[in-house]
Amino acid sequence: MEWRRRHVLGLSDFSPEEMEFVIDTARSMEEVLTRDIKKVPALRGKTVVNLFFESSTRTRTSFEIAGKRLSADVVNFTSSSSSTTKGETLLDTARNIESMKPNVLVVRHSASGAARFLSQHVGCSVINAGDGANEHPSQGLLDLYTILKAKGKIAGLKIAIVGDILHSRVVGSDLHSLGRMGAKLWLCGPATMVPKALEKTGARVTWNMREAVKDADVVMMLRIQSERTKSPWFPSIREYSRNFGLNRALFSLAKDDAIIMHPGPINRGVELSDELADCASSVVLDQVASGVAVRMALLYLLAGGSHAAH
Amino acid sequence: MRKTDRKVLLDSQGIERVLSRLTHEIIERNRGAENIVLVGVCSGGVPLSQAIREKIREIEGVEVPAGFVDITLYRDDLSKTVFQPQLKRTEIPFSIDERKVVLVDDVLFTGRTIRAAMDALIDLGRPRAIQLAVLIDRGHRELPIRADYVGRNVPTSWEETVDVRVEGDRSQWCVELNQIVSPKGE
Repeated sequence: MEWRRRHVLGLSDFSPEEMEFVIDTARSMEEVLTRDIKKVPALRGKTVVNLFFESSTRTRTSFEIAGKRLSADVVNFTSSSSSTTKGETLLDTARNIESMKPNVLVVRHSASGAARFLSQHVGCSVINAGDGANEHPSQGLLDLYTILKAKGKIAGLKIAIVGDILHSRVVGSDLHSLGRMGAKLWLCGPATMVPKALEKTGARVTWNMREAVKDADVVMMLRIQSERTKSPWFPSIREYSRNFGLNRALFSLAKDDAIIMHPGPINRGVELSDELADCASSVVLDQVASGVAVRMALLYLLAGGSHAAH
Repeated sequence: MRKTDRKVLLDSQGIERVLSRLTHEIIERNRGAENIVLVGVCSGGVPLSQAIREKIREIEGVEVPAGFVDITLYRDDLSKTVFQPQLKRTEIPFSIDERKVVLVDDVLFTGRTIRAAMDALIDLGRPRAIQLAVLIDRGHRELPIRADYVGRNVPTSWEETVDVRVEGDRSQWCVELNQIVSPKGE
């Protein structure tokens, strides 16, 4: 297969072959991360700008390390320290940064479609690092990669995803990555956040944790956003935790070799009990490690090559 | 219509003979095989390095460590390619510090691949020495690089390609010289 994308905005139009291509590339990148000298010269002279309009430490750091491992220059531009607080529009900000000739813009924004919009107006490659409740493609790919490493396959696995499905961009991408590779997806959470209409995606919807977790190969817990807890979507943290938190007793319903995933940061005692967050079945930290390899793969595939040049 | 002129440079038997000689030269030069490690350059060098490893075992009774290196991330033309080439794996599951590394590749041409492979090796450790073994040396060097062990010197023109088929069954291996011939009027 030949990689022909200039941007990675979402996984909705990714074919299984393309996803496998990224994963294969990530596997090679992971070898670099095992060396004493964790750096290769592939993107020497290239510039990656992290343009983050929403707070994020994990994803931004992951992209930053990924770029640096490939010898790219990485610049961080975060909204708290930037001109957006002075009233500059998104497009003006992006055009200003584009004038400084980056090769890749990594964009996070609270508005769905922000990354796609920018990709239509700037000359460099754009990677969506999360846009509103839409997609977070690098997370969708790293979840795919983490499960592949733990289970060796995706097709036929029962994967339960629990939490605020409706507002989750992680699920927005996971539905494409895991769903398209043949997983049996179960979505679970409070009915306000997991409407029955989500079954249109091909996933099963349930409001019963026992049903979701029973015989699951993978249980993925989503983070409850603190701003959501004050909304009418949400009863109270205690009630949520009692009905949809994962504890030892519930997890024992899953397969013996089931794994626990979480995109982080974890609210300990809310989505996941302390005990489970640190248990041997948890691959939460593997997800973080896989994330660097997957983002190296994406940067390598987009930033090299003359198609990315000005 | 473009057509291709093919000429067989080495058949499978010829490759076996060449590899036997190269193996003997490697052992002789290094006074045995004790401190040697073999590193094949992806893709063509990998099966060749495996074959040399087997021959060292037959001759010296020594198992030398063997790995392979993908040089894609070290290429000097990455920013000139239109789309990024597909990555292969680097797998050198042993220390190369203070070892004599014999790099094995199928064709030595401009020398740029070997430059990249040496950079990759030096990122992995500090070998005592790096030596180069190639099946075919076709000339046209662009860097001051030469091979320590050469299977066959083949003078070529830029228009020709050297096609080394060393995948799978060793009795099917062969090396061909291909020349694209344009008929008159084109």
